[in-house]
Amino acid sequence: MKSAVVVFPGSNRERDMIAAIEKITGHRPAVVWHGDHDLPKVDLIVVPGGFSYGDYLRSGAIAAREPIMGAIAREAERGVGVLGVCNGFQILCEAGLLPGVLMRNAGLKFICKEVELRVETTDSRFTRGYAKGQVIRSPVAHGDGNFRTDDETLKRLQDEDRVAFRYVDNPNGSIDDIAGILSEKRNILGMMPHPENLIEPLNGGTDGRPLFEAALAAVA
Amino acid sequence: MLQNDTPITPELIASHGLKPDEYQRILDLIGREPTLTELGIFSAMWNEHCSYKSSKKWLRTLPTTGPRVICGPGENAGVVDIDDGQAIIFKMESHNHPSFIEPYQGAATGVGGILRDVFTMGARPVAAMNALRFGSPDHPKTRHLVSGVVSGVGGYGNSFGVPTVGGEVNFHPRYNGNILVNAFAAGLADADKIFYSKAEGVGLPVVYLGSKTGRDGVGGATMASAEFDESIEEKRPTVQVGDPFGEKLLLEACLELMKTGAVIAIQDMGAAGLTCSAVEMGAKGDLGIELDLDKVPCREANMTAYEMMLSESQERMLMVLRPEQEEEAEAIFRKWGLDFAIVGWTTDDLRFRIRHQGAVVADLPIKDLGDQAPEYDRPFVRRPVPAALAAADVAEPNDYAEVLLKIVSSPDMASRRWVWEQYDHLIQGNTAQKPGGDAAVIRVEGHDKKGLAFSLDVTPRYCEADPFEGGKQAIAECWRNLTAVGAEPLAATDNLNFGNPEKPEIMGQFVGAIEGIGAACRALDFPIVSGNVSLYNETNGVGILPTPAIGGVGLMPDIDAMATIAFKNEGDVIVQIGRDGTHLGQSIYLREILGREEGTPPTVDLAEERRVGDLVRGLIRGRLVTACHDLSDGGLLTALAEMAMARGLGATVAIPEAVATRHGFLFGEDQARYVVTVSPSVLDAVTAAAAEAGVEARVLGTVGGEMLDVSGITTISVAKLKQGHDNWFPDFMAVSD
Repeated sequence: MKSAVVVFPGSNRERDMIAAIEKITGHRPAVVWHGDHDLPKVDLIVVPGGFSYGDYLRSGAIAAREPIMGAIAREAERGVGVLGVCNGFQILCEAGLLPGVLMRNAGLKFICKEVELRVETTDSRFTRGYAKGQVIRSPVAHGDGNFRTDDETLKRLQDEDRVAFRYVDNPNGSIDDIAGILSEKRNILGMMPHPENLIEPLNGGTDGRPLFEAALAAVA
Repeated sequence: MLQNDTPITPELIASHGLKPDEYQRILDLIGREPTLTELGIFSAMWNEHCSYKSSKKWLRTLPTTGPRVICGPGENAGVVDIDDGQAIIFKMESHNHPSFIEPYQGAATGVGGILRDVFTMGARPVAAMNALRFGSPDHPKTRHLVSGVVSGVGGYGNSFGVPTVGGEVNFHPRYNGNILVNAFAAGLADADKIFYSKAEGVGLPVVYLGSKTGRDGVGGATMASAEFDESIEEKRPTVQVGDPFGEKLLLEACLELMKTGAVIAIQDMGAAGLTCSAVEMGAKGDLGIELDLDKVPCREANMTAYEMMLSESQERMLMVLRPEQEEEAEAIFRKWGLDFAIVGWTTDDLRFRIRHQGAVVADLPIKDLGDQAPEYDRPFVRRPVPAALAAADVAEPNDYAEVLLKIVSSPDMASRRWVWEQYDHLIQGNTAQKPGGDAAVIRVEGHDKKGLAFSLDVTPRYCEADPFEGGKQAIAECWRNLTAVGAEPLAATDNLNFGNPEKPEIMGQFVGAIEGIGAACRALDFPIVSGNVSLYNETNGVGILPTPAIGGVGLMPDIDAMATIAFKNEGDVIVQIGRDGTHLGQSIYLREILGREEGTPPTVDLAEERRVGDLVRGLIRGRLVTACHDLSDGGLLTALAEMAMARGLGATVAIPEAVATRHGFLFGEDQARYVVTVSPSVLDAVTAAAAEAGVEARVLGTVGGEMLDVSGITTISVAKLKQGHDNWFPDFMAVSD
């Protein structure tokens, strides 16, 4: 049940993520600095949200070239779970660990609101706590959440059942309403919405909890 | 480029915003002609923004102490005890002029500045709000300014990582040439780990931290530089450029450094940058400061001493550190990729001495720059308050439904969702009440039930008609909004926006508003712990509406008992707490429906305000109410509509037959009033509690259905109201110019 949260300069939802994991599992994740070259042995690596390097150049582009990314790629290759949320998703795409790219929202504005997501597959350590087709709530808070791929990649994602979540009412123009995708080996999940911000009654719901419960129970 | 020994001409003095008598005061103080750098330093320290020279006399009359106040005005922000060894640190500050010139960066750096004020004192920012005022929606610049300011506020706060949980947005033609951007921030710290700007100890290193110094902001506040060096004006924007990423790093580095115990004094570089921060640290500690500008990290080549001393580059800090921990401190800043440079030291001679390239370019008495700056007792006249307007002399609506729809869909009353959805209001995971209610509420991190409530308020049209009553009302409404969620109001910050104080009638508005604020603060035990004054908000001789914005903070021991405005359950009983509505002078009904801005504003009976508020807070905390909403703009019927729209649940109400005027009852903006809903089973307990408190409680009807029905008067679908209410803002912003 060990986990690690990776912090880049400009990460700003790492504290939300650390608090959520600790509240759900009772274990405080290790905090790993972007300049490190190695990760502790953990079962789940989380790349949290924020504005790494101020989103300068392109969101996630600079962070994706940091020393720690090599370690994340190695651990992912060994089958360790990797969750990238929001800026974390952007970083994983920029690092080539997930396909596609996150572009500026179609409405050109930052959006912070609660949306509905449809769980499209339960075949992953992250989504098996939900039912297929289940509609869950989740906040989004991003300016660059418009997921794009070429047609071929999109078809592969669809054919290989790698679309984890779709928006019920697409807020940002993402292709095929995609909110989150899985890697080929299904051990990496990247998603724009913030399940870590809907885990207790204070947040107005707990729909984010099963994701963490499943991801951290899967390898317990 | 101008040299330090440039002759000081009357034109140069005037272009620095210094009056002839002020310049004479400089000559008397230093006994010689100042150097160019010295002139710049004086102009920066003695301008209205830094010296409060027109307002100080009156600010002193405000109540600033109380059992919970740890630190009142005079530091970067106010500090208030919230139990358990914790403190909330907060302030509000204006960035009006820059935001009008360049709305995105002006608003962004306004947010950056206020966040820095808070974390300079050792607090991690946990909530931000902003009070925005724009010109008429019809004015050709308004849409552009709204769009730029809102994205600037979001752009900075979202990246920095503070939830923007509330605020105000209003429109009025009197802001056509001067918009207002007032940014509020609050941070959390341990009450025994607050950091102050007062330097202590002689011969200690003065350390520069954060971003590099550039020419941005030189010539911002005090200088009309075109006459004196055109190249500066041509090359540089006078508006600073914000880097929220840099600020986030500065936050983390500062908080990490503070934990080591190395920090003796700290001051952020805000207005007048290096000058103001160094002078404040020295003057407060009765110490001199010597700076070596060759050590200042610069972004541009060949900067002069004048430019370095007046630069308003953002995301910079000045500290006095314990010398034995210098290396430890430097390592922390290097880790975060920030500049760290020892740029000077403290001295015992009370001089502010600046060296640059081997020469002393300024050598001034530090106390005279800071705490002994000029102070004015400006003449003022009180304009007579307008004649009162009786409700009987105001036309009654033919169609109440149409009028209500028009009110809830009007620019000042429509939903602000379009705005606050561009602000990350959820980050940090502690947001218990989102924007859109009476007050925002966050949970205090590390506690299950302890919460803090925040609200920003002022009604400028009331202040224009009667500054004293308007000042009172701003405090009362803020206190009421905090109460309406169940919080105990603790303290407030004020952001006093007015026109040119050299005009006696403007000064009269200022004095009246301060007197009203003071009276209300004293009556409600709601001290002012920090604030900011923004004067000269005028264009072509037309001043803004007097706008003393108030930001209040309240404490909730049990967040589970928090009230929200939405109707919850069919069958709940709707109860008006407080007196019946009668007052239509300066009301939203009068302005939006009849196009008149006339009469006196409603007066605030402060004893009644307190009595009613204490009752309502007690009912909320006793879990007797299912919803609560204060009565303010638009009166009772508007409040009922807002409660209905919040969850799409209607109500059936009846008004008493003996009522003096129906529209006065339904749209009157009389103060010290709330609407609550209660379960029928506790209705008797609630009315008994009200009777015991000597407060009127009137049963109006019940919650239920899809219509808002006022028996015998009107009925309208909640969905229709909501459509108008929700659509005004997005529709307005969707129109392309």
